[in-house]
Amino acid sequence: MSTPIDYLLHLADNAVVLGQRNAEWCGHGPILEEDMALANVSLDLIGQARLLYQRAAELMGGDATEDKLAYFRGPHEFRNYTLLELPHHGALVGYAAADRDYATTIVRNFLYSALMVHVWDGLQQSADPSLAAIAAKSLKETSYHLHHSRDWLVRMGDGTEESHARAQAAVNHLMPYTEEFWTTSPAEGAAVAAKVAIDVWALRPAWDALVNDALAEATLTRPNFHGYVTEGKVGLHSEHLSYLLGEMQGLARAHPGATW
Amino acid sequence: MSSVVDKVWATLEPLTDPEIPVVTLRELGILRDVRETPTGLEVVITPTYSGCPAMGQIEDDVRASLEQAGIEARVITQLAPAWTTDWMSDEAKEKLRAYGIAPPHRTCGSGAGEVSVMKFVRRQPTEAVACPQCGSTHTVVTSEFGSTACKALYKCLDCQEPFDYFKPY
Repeated sequence: MSTPIDYLLHLADNAVVLGQRNAEWCGHGPILEEDMALANVSLDLIGQARLLYQRAAELMGGDATEDKLAYFRGPHEFRNYTLLELPHHGALVGYAAADRDYATTIVRNFLYSALMVHVWDGLQQSADPSLAAIAAKSLKETSYHLHHSRDWLVRMGDGTEESHARAQAAVNHLMPYTEEFWTTSPAEGAAVAAKVAIDVWALRPAWDALVNDALAEATLTRPNFHGYVTEGKVGLHSEHLSYLLGEMQGLARAHPGATW
Repeated sequence: MSSVVDKVWATLEPLTDPEIPVVTLRELGILRDVRETPTGLEVVITPTYSGCPAMGQIEDDVRASLEQAGIEARVITQLAPAWTTDWMSDEAKEKLRAYGIAPPHRTCGSGAGEVSVMKFVRRQPTEAVACPQCGSTHTVVTSEFGSTACKALYKCLDCQEPFDYFKPY
């Protein structure tokens, strides 16, 4: 069975969307060290996305390229988790302008990298040798992202009244979006059947343990979940993705094929 | 090893990392292999971090050196086995230290499949990083991410100098 391209795009879109989102901190970090840290995390994520898009383009053949996949697909064609496209602040409509909130950034990076260390670890055994090779590299990088975000989560949660309140608000806001991790999209199902992917559901206890342990150390409470489960990974996104892609893709679309 | 393969190694030997000009691509483990195939010579390089912006420059440098020496060879980028700082030679580590970058400690697992995910879950008490200026191990991490993806920022509590630590990968 061949490697389901949609599954590679899901992994690649996750990485590129969060990479683009976090890059908004470049030049605006709360402190110089964090400005550099977030730029470095974005660099890793965009690097991972490139390797995955290159693999997808190779399998697609024809005139597919990594750039076409990143810059010339619309929001409905993106397969990333909704969690990753949300802005760096609480719930607001897409056109609203608000200050970036570092707690939101950190909590999201923590929830995602806590999942991805397990996903990349499992994908090292993928039936697709190219994906297994990408996973081995990405695991090393994601482990640093996890260290970084977990450290800050604990510092903020177990910090001042203000930092605790903001970290708790970010956890309350973002945690419901992680329910999307545990549903199976058609692309994921096909990839698991082809032994290209691992069953993410099986990772849930490990992820729960990691999250609960960190939240407890950060003196934060995990909210109960009831409600709508987002479906970004099948192309049903929040309004925020269009704005993000508008900025990311605008230049490439205005000057297709341009080089410098 | 054939003489033409030797010649390629010798041609590429002076090439250094664009960000860390004291260590060569071979010493860093980026230049992996030179081989003769039925369809011609191949030079194999491997990226460090997935998004390392120096990789484009490194590939260009390799091609330019080969061209200058009149050698026809394909440059192949290979991801597996994943690059690890464990491939760095002791001489390379010493050169890093002399340059002011604390060299990386060994990682637990080096190749694909050997890295245990559990070691990432909780931070293990890490080995002290020695200050490249004064040698003191009385140092503290300032930030997990430094001026490039492969480095962390540290500070020496004895000589008070800030320094880069080449992170184990």
